[in-house]
Amino acid sequence: MTTIFGVPIQALLGQLLLGLINGSFYAMLSLGLAVIFGLLRVINFAHGAQYMLGAFVAWLLLEHLGIGYWWALLVAPLVVGAASLVVERAALSKLYDLDPLYGLLFTFGLALTIEGAFRWQFGAAGQPYATPDELVGAKNLGFMVLPIYRGFVVVASVVICLAVWLLIERTKFGAYLRAATEDRTLVQVFGVNVPRLLTLTYALGAGLAGLAGVLAAPIYQVSPLMGSNLIIIVFAVVVVGGMGSIGGAILTGYALGVLEGLTKVFYPPASSIVIFVVMAAVLLVRPAGLFGREG
Amino acid sequence: MLDLGAHDPVPMAAVAPAGPALLDVAGLHAWYGESHVLHGVDLNVRQGETVCLLGRNGAGKTTTLRSILGVVGRRDGRVSFDGRDLTRMPLHGPARAGLAYVPENRGIFAGLTVAENLMLPPKVAEGGMSVEEIHALFPNLKERRLSPGTKLSGGEQQMLAIARVLRTGPKMILLDEPTEGLAPVIVQRIAAALIQLKARGLTVLLVEQNFRFARRVADRFYVMEGGVVVDAFRSDEVEGRLDRLHELLGV
Amino acid sequence: MDARPTDLMPAAAVPARRSDFNRALYTGLAVLGLACIVAAPFAIYPVFLMKILCFALFAAAFNLLIGYVGLLSFGHAAFFGGGAYASAHALKVWGWPPELGILFGAAVGALLGLVMGFFAIRRQGIYFAMITLALAQMVFFVCLQAPFTGGEDGIQNVPRGFLLGGLIDLSVNLNLYYVVLAITAFGLFAVWRVVHSPFGAVLQAIRENEPRAISLGYRVDRYKLGAFVMSAGLAGLAGGTKALVFQLATLTDVAWQMSGEVILMTLLGGIGTLPGPVVGAALVAALEHYFATSSFPVTIITGLVFMACVLLFRRGIVGEVLHRLRRR
Repeated sequence: MTTIFGVPIQALLGQLLLGLINGSFYAMLSLGLAVIFGLLRVINFAHGAQYMLGAFVAWLLLEHLGIGYWWALLVAPLVVGAASLVVERAALSKLYDLDPLYGLLFTFGLALTIEGAFRWQFGAAGQPYATPDELVGAKNLGFMVLPIYRGFVVVASVVICLAVWLLIERTKFGAYLRAATEDRTLVQVFGVNVPRLLTLTYALGAGLAGLAGVLAAPIYQVSPLMGSNLIIIVFAVVVVGGMGSIGGAILTGYALGVLEGLTKVFYPPASSIVIFVVMAAVLLVRPAGLFGREG
Repeated sequence: MLDLGAHDPVPMAAVAPAGPALLDVAGLHAWYGESHVLHGVDLNVRQGETVCLLGRNGAGKTTTLRSILGVVGRRDGRVSFDGRDLTRMPLHGPARAGLAYVPENRGIFAGLTVAENLMLPPKVAEGGMSVEEIHALFPNLKERRLSPGTKLSGGEQQMLAIARVLRTGPKMILLDEPTEGLAPVIVQRIAAALIQLKARGLTVLLVEQNFRFARRVADRFYVMEGGVVVDAFRSDEVEGRLDRLHELLGV
Repeated sequence: MDARPTDLMPAAAVPARRSDFNRALYTGLAVLGLACIVAAPFAIYPVFLMKILCFALFAAAFNLLIGYVGLLSFGHAAFFGGGAYASAHALKVWGWPPELGILFGAAVGALLGLVMGFFAIRRQGIYFAMITLALAQMVFFVCLQAPFTGGEDGIQNVPRGFLLGGLIDLSVNLNLYYVVLAITAFGLFAVWRVVHSPFGAVLQAIRENEPRAISLGYRVDRYKLGAFVMSAGLAGLAGGTKALVFQLATLTDVAWQMSGEVILMTLLGGIGTLPGPVVGAALVAALEHYFATSSFPVTIITGLVFMACVLLFRRGIVGEVLHRLRRR
């Protein structure tokens, strides 16, 4: 059997794939976090809860209404986005003139409440969610066996990230968003309804988290706490990438996922902390983050 | 429709309005935080006029423009535009009513290309300039349409800032210090462009320190000091007031 | 806020008399409070009171940073839990006497604070919050895997031992209560002392206007790091004391939820007020105690309280009371 540094290549590729899948979720979540932060100046601590919510909506649709995965991909992000829209209008929008820390604290409280409520209703244990029939099975690539659904998730996440990137960099909506990130007031004086833009942006970011949750449902178990530990890693990813750049958030997400996978091969005990170690190192060398602009 | 002059503190006989005012400001007060900056500004601009606000630094000219739009901490008084009360509108209301703004620092967005900057403000009415017409007026903007907005020279940025609002079909433009920091050649070009726009019937309220520039383009003047209007006159009355203007503006 | 005459005093006398009045009020309240605290263990279960005291100290340590330097640490569980593990290990495995064991917890907390602070003070505001959270999560994972922490079980059956070479038996709850009371009082006094020292004045100048403090020649980073280490050390002291009281150090003490809890206590009680964290700690501890036996997750309530505080009640209870008193 072929080995690299004494590690069988099969194991290496397997962990690499696992890392890439984790990276897909880091990328999608840090992307949404960066979009929200860019415009609203709010660190959305509820991002993990919104991801969990997406997975749960998919699970509930299947359990109670018999609505399957493909519809869930559409419906769950809309439900999460709509719920977040209400939260932004009713509460978050009242905090924009205050220290940004209040937005962080508010969304932290929101996350606690949502996760608590789901734990109360559904228990802390995870619920399995079946892989959709079309994507069951595995494909032998010659050098490794690739479960089809996992390949699908990686491809889907790339497509989603690319679509969001295009939306922001190449459309009129994106131009409003970029301009408002620089000078919210002036954009509104030009006649753009900026409060509505903020609401839509928050709903978009939250919906993105919900979409990631649906993609995650067949891989990880659907559990009330699936988002809370993930969100802290995503924060570290965001610190490493720097908040300034959408592309930076995406790339950093994938790269750190892969790095985590590789660590699992070469030194397993460090795999859960390697991202935090990278964060500390980046803070020493480039405090603004790899792609960050301001200091 | 509007009773003009009745609330003007300055005798306006010399500048008797010939028609209804498009913009009418009365008793406008404004605050930034705790500091009271405007103390009852009265002014009006009629359809098709170019009116210039003169005054030293800190007299309240820029604040007057910002208060008309609602970009201050707090304001009090009456601001009506085209028969509508601007003080009751959200921040994006005045633009949609046809009041465009070219800010002091030009407000070009670094994250947007020249073309994106140009296309940013939403169209508010038909009859705005087409992109072709804008490119004919400011050819540089066409050449550099794909570069980032802030990579333009100061003069080009000013042209972009003006062109940007012309596209949207406004009834009136608030123009804050368009010549600040620009070379005389560029100032000439901006003056020429303004005269051309005036010929098309555009109404302008201009804030300017450069009195020579203002004299070329404006029909009427207001002089501000300490947050109020202290003098008002027509352009054909400038000659007789040069001494007083020297005293008021320090020019 | 204009000084409006109250019904009690003529307008002219208000400014001069008010400080006398306030002083009398505070002295009265302090004496009353002290009497209650000393007598409390005869009315309320001492272990519950000790829990409040430990959390009060923890929250006061946290408040030193958020209230007086303006830095929101989202990772204080690392110091609290680190202190708890260190003390528990020293007491149980090394057999140290309780006073040394608790001090060791404080020292470990301070050391962790030095390392984490070194990285975290490079950024401000929300970045500072995210970085402290991430670094604390790293400490959590280390505690999860390290051999001396006992993994999921934690360190159990930590001996309380005897204070002062066998003089005071700490397995008696009442004895331990007064010891914990003394530790907490010392910690609160230390915070008060720091805030009212020249060092504290510089910290508050940094909070008000950091660029100005820099331009005045202060080495702002050193002051921030100093405050961070003190705060972490006191949090470690709180954690060590907690390990002694409950004879237990577990992953709960280092988990991010604990960092959130200390924020809530301080926010609810009143950020930047000295009594605020104590009030907040008592309320949050009572809330948890109330829900401890039910299947209803207390995080639903704590989350709601969090949101309500941020939306409606940003001064916190003590802050709001002080604000009302000042306005009168």
